[in-house]
Amino acid sequence: MEYVAGEYDVIVVGAGHAGCEAALAAARLGVKTAIFTINMDSIANMPCNPNIGGTAKGHLVREIDALGGQMGKNADKTLIQSKILNKAKGPAVYSLRAQIDRRSYQNEMKNTLELQENLDVKQGEIVEILREEKEGNYIITGVRTHTGTIYKCKVAILTTGTFLKAKIIIGDVSYSGGPDGLFPADRLSESLKEMGIELIRLKTGTPARLNRRSIDFSKMEEQPGDETIVPFSFETEEIKRDQVSCYLTYTNSKTHEIIRANIHRSALYGGLIEGVGPRYCPSIEDKIVRFADKESHQVFVEPMGLNTQEMYVQGMSTSLPEDVQIEMMKTVPGLENVSVMRSAYAIEYDGINSMQLNLSLEFKHIEGLFSAGQINGSSGYEEAGAQGIIAGINAARKIKGKEPLILDRSQAYIGVLIDDLITKGTREPYRMMTSRSEYRLLLRQDNADIRLTDIGYRIGLISEERYSKFEKKKREIEEEIKRLNNTHVPPSEKVNAFLISKNSTPIKGGIKLSDLLKRPELDYDSIKAIDEKRPELSFQVREQVEITIKYEGYIKRQMQQVEQFKKLESRKLSKDIDYSTIKGLRIEARQKLDKAKPESVGQASRILGVSPADISVLLVYLEQHRNK
Amino acid sequence: MLYDHDTIAAISTPHGNGGIGIIRISGEKAFSIAKDIFEGKKRFDEIKTHTINYGKIVDPATFEVLDEVLLSKMVKPNTFTKEDVVEINCHGGSTVLRNILELILRTGARLAEPGEFTKRAFLNGRLDLSQAEAVIDLINSKTSESSKAAIYQLEGKLSGKLKQARSKLIELLAHIEVTVDYPEHDIEEITGQKIYSEIKDIKENLKNIIMGFEKGRIIREGINAVIIGRPNVGKSSLLNELTGKNRAIVTDIPGTTRDVIEDYINLNGIPVRIIDTAGIRDTDDLVEKIGVEKTHKELDSADLIIMMIDVNQGIEKEDLEILDKIKNKKSIIIINKIDLVKEEKLTEIESNFNDRKIIRMSLKEDIGIAELGDAVVELFIKGEVSINSEVLITNVRHKNLIDRAIESIDFAINAHESGMPLDMITIDIVNSAQFLGEITGESVSEDVMNEIFSRFCLGK
Repeated sequence: MEYVAGEYDVIVVGAGHAGCEAALAAARLGVKTAIFTINMDSIANMPCNPNIGGTAKGHLVREIDALGGQMGKNADKTLIQSKILNKAKGPAVYSLRAQIDRRSYQNEMKNTLELQENLDVKQGEIVEILREEKEGNYIITGVRTHTGTIYKCKVAILTTGTFLKAKIIIGDVSYSGGPDGLFPADRLSESLKEMGIELIRLKTGTPARLNRRSIDFSKMEEQPGDETIVPFSFETEEIKRDQVSCYLTYTNSKTHEIIRANIHRSALYGGLIEGVGPRYCPSIEDKIVRFADKESHQVFVEPMGLNTQEMYVQGMSTSLPEDVQIEMMKTVPGLENVSVMRSAYAIEYDGINSMQLNLSLEFKHIEGLFSAGQINGSSGYEEAGAQGIIAGINAARKIKGKEPLILDRSQAYIGVLIDDLITKGTREPYRMMTSRSEYRLLLRQDNADIRLTDIGYRIGLISEERYSKFEKKKREIEEEIKRLNNTHVPPSEKVNAFLISKNSTPIKGGIKLSDLLKRPELDYDSIKAIDEKRPELSFQVREQVEITIKYEGYIKRQMQQVEQFKKLESRKLSKDIDYSTIKGLRIEARQKLDKAKPESVGQASRILGVSPADISVLLVYLEQHRNK
Repeated sequence: MLYDHDTIAAISTPHGNGGIGIIRISGEKAFSIAKDIFEGKKRFDEIKTHTINYGKIVDPATFEVLDEVLLSKMVKPNTFTKEDVVEINCHGGSTVLRNILELILRTGARLAEPGEFTKRAFLNGRLDLSQAEAVIDLINSKTSESSKAAIYQLEGKLSGKLKQARSKLIELLAHIEVTVDYPEHDIEEITGQKIYSEIKDIKENLKNIIMGFEKGRIIREGINAVIIGRPNVGKSSLLNELTGKNRAIVTDIPGTTRDVIEDYINLNGIPVRIIDTAGIRDTDDLVEKIGVEKTHKELDSADLIIMMIDVNQGIEKEDLEILDKIKNKKSIIIINKIDLVKEEKLTEIESNFNDRKIIRMSLKEDIGIAELGDAVVELFIKGEVSINSEVLITNVRHKNLIDRAIESIDFAINAHESGMPLDMITIDIVNSAQFLGEITGESVSEDVMNEIFSRFCLGK
């Protein structure tokens, strides 16, 4: 029976990583919010790898945290192993990654949602987005569940992940189904299509889960965590916890033989899959075919949590049939007697054409409908969470009649992620990588708080207590940098003896400590030996001081590039511009610009098919119209 | 990337207008550049805005005086471009003009694209609306021109060579990035040393490409040709014949041409800047001496030497000296006044110039002028300098971008030498590829991504 069961400002459709951040942000900003999930026990599920962070993804988690999001805090509470990657490659690419207890993560997140003021958590599949039509555009009015119940709302956020018309494929078997044995959301796609939303078909997959008791770890390399656990969240003081290990093993020629012999039974090569899969996580059969001369591939075996024997086998994602999966795994050292608990599968699902969105993540042509996470063509929990928090913030701001929050490419990886999705679109699930950022020396994971806490505070997601703690940290950094710039050390015997011991050229005259710090062979901690008045400072402060001074020249140059970039970003383009009438634009550029309706000249310049000459024409056009 | 805020410079008077020319500099660094190279009564800082000042242009590196000039300083916003502008009136002829421009470019400006001063004037709100149309036309004509050039160059060697250099950079980047973004995969880590040696190679390649810009300039701006020969062999008559006007004073008295005279002519479609020189001979006449010195300078910077021999005078010591001086230059030898002697004499004279291009000429009987045109075409277009076989950069924007790409590699080299970590070095390699990509129209981020996924085996 159809009846109106409630009225909300914001309704979030889906309670994965994007949905949770979106709902929490909106509710915390004081708007009445509800979040819907197909299954209450699958909130914040990790249907793929049991870890959070990693290169560029760790940056995203830190950024979410600086804006007042939940992912970092939740990961800190539930991590069972922590590691800093890329330690030797320079500060721009250091990355934090943690193995997570999957169930604990879900429970913590679920409980956080349940406890959140202004937020109702509900089980139900949303099958229709209700709307009014006004002058060719739609305005959101509510949602309908599979039981026909109507909830009214002003804003809806789509965070459906991989659930829309989801299809599971295991070798030659395929059936309608969501990840981890959950029901798919088969009906919502139709409703979206009716509203003129362009859907695309995407594909991803996950490897098998194995029983720990059936694995012989003595034949594998143990991969323990780092000694010190570095938290993701600014608010987490310190984590002291026993860590568990991951294990590394390898495929071999036997494994590859089995795969080759059965390749025709693979869904991917058998033609069963129509969606576009991500190049960065090819299945094992893909690797064997494309890199035929490689004799072995890495396989990481990772725990799914503390209270389970399930182990994840990174490196063996596949769409081969179950019997082949088992046969090939048994050839891998340590997996000879393996007992598979869940088979590997590929999953196909509907996403939207992300170029239909504004940078605020609201649909260009549908007032009050936002979209975030894997439905937008991204991949990964962190990418989803990052979009989720932005959609949640902007949904609340819309309710309050405020301008949306848009982070640009020079401010955050979140900005890079959203700008890439919206401006260029994507045909395969989009994974964040440090190489996608032009200004990655500025967008480090260690300074995410410095870049974004102010914004989070102004928006209203950062508490006074945290903000004053943050300001104190900032002050300490500034003062310490000033002190190092003003402290001279004399060419004394002690100083030169120290320098020689560090293979550093001795000094003839006095030198500033900051100049010594710039020498590659010295670092902040080591020059303590000749720095008599050094104050006691936290690791986070010391780290900032060191990076800021050591790479000053590079940082300055990137900041100059950012200035140039900002000049074009600040030239806003009205949505009303009719590009087809601008004399001088090439036809291709007119079409692309008319379709994209970019928000600034800078964004226009990143649209594929718009040339520098077109941008010049656009600038001239703007100038003409400013004078009028 | 658009460079709307850097400092640009160009010669803003048309070619061929005799010896006087104006160089204009506009942008944030205009004054600091002028300060570095101008020596006048007052220090540049003290010069008032919108005044004309006498002084010298001095190369700060060598202290060489390039020219005596009149310099105007104009503080923004009351200038043509609404930016700080410096204009330098030079007197020393187009070679001097070019030398000064090159000095300015070395000091921090980049060469302006055609119409760029006007474009800036407009974008800075200087021109009125009626002029906007003209600016759009300007951009468009540039677009279509450059797209024509782009197609041409796409098929040509420039694009090929640039793509080669760029794809090496991309390959290198992919190798670095893959180990950064996939730290735990068993991919061999690239060493700083390998990066170092590879970017050095790439830099050399780019530098070779840039050298083609000089040759490209010949196609674009014309050939610098110098007519040389002993006094009264007929140089001025040849110039007059080529230009069709009585520019040089022609008399029978040796040494009449005491200065360097230049003119622009069109030889079979190739613009040629012809410089008629004083003859080279030892002389005590002061004025003539200056002329002879200038001749030597012109010889050094010439693309082509046209040497004239008078059959009656035959070959003398001075001719052999000239021949020795120009032994590494492209040259055409003209045997003039052939109507006056017999074949044996001609053959005897010609035997002095073994493999050089020789043209027999009689201006009186109109013999040899057409052959001269053909010889120039042969030498510069089909022959030794050929558009088909060599990489030619004719587009100023391209040259500027390649310059920047080289500069970025230099930064990366320095970073490696001073022990910076990999991610710092990467920044400048990315920049370098970015600059080259602006010529070939490719995006670094996408290309690196494609390279990573096609070369390396990654996955979950």
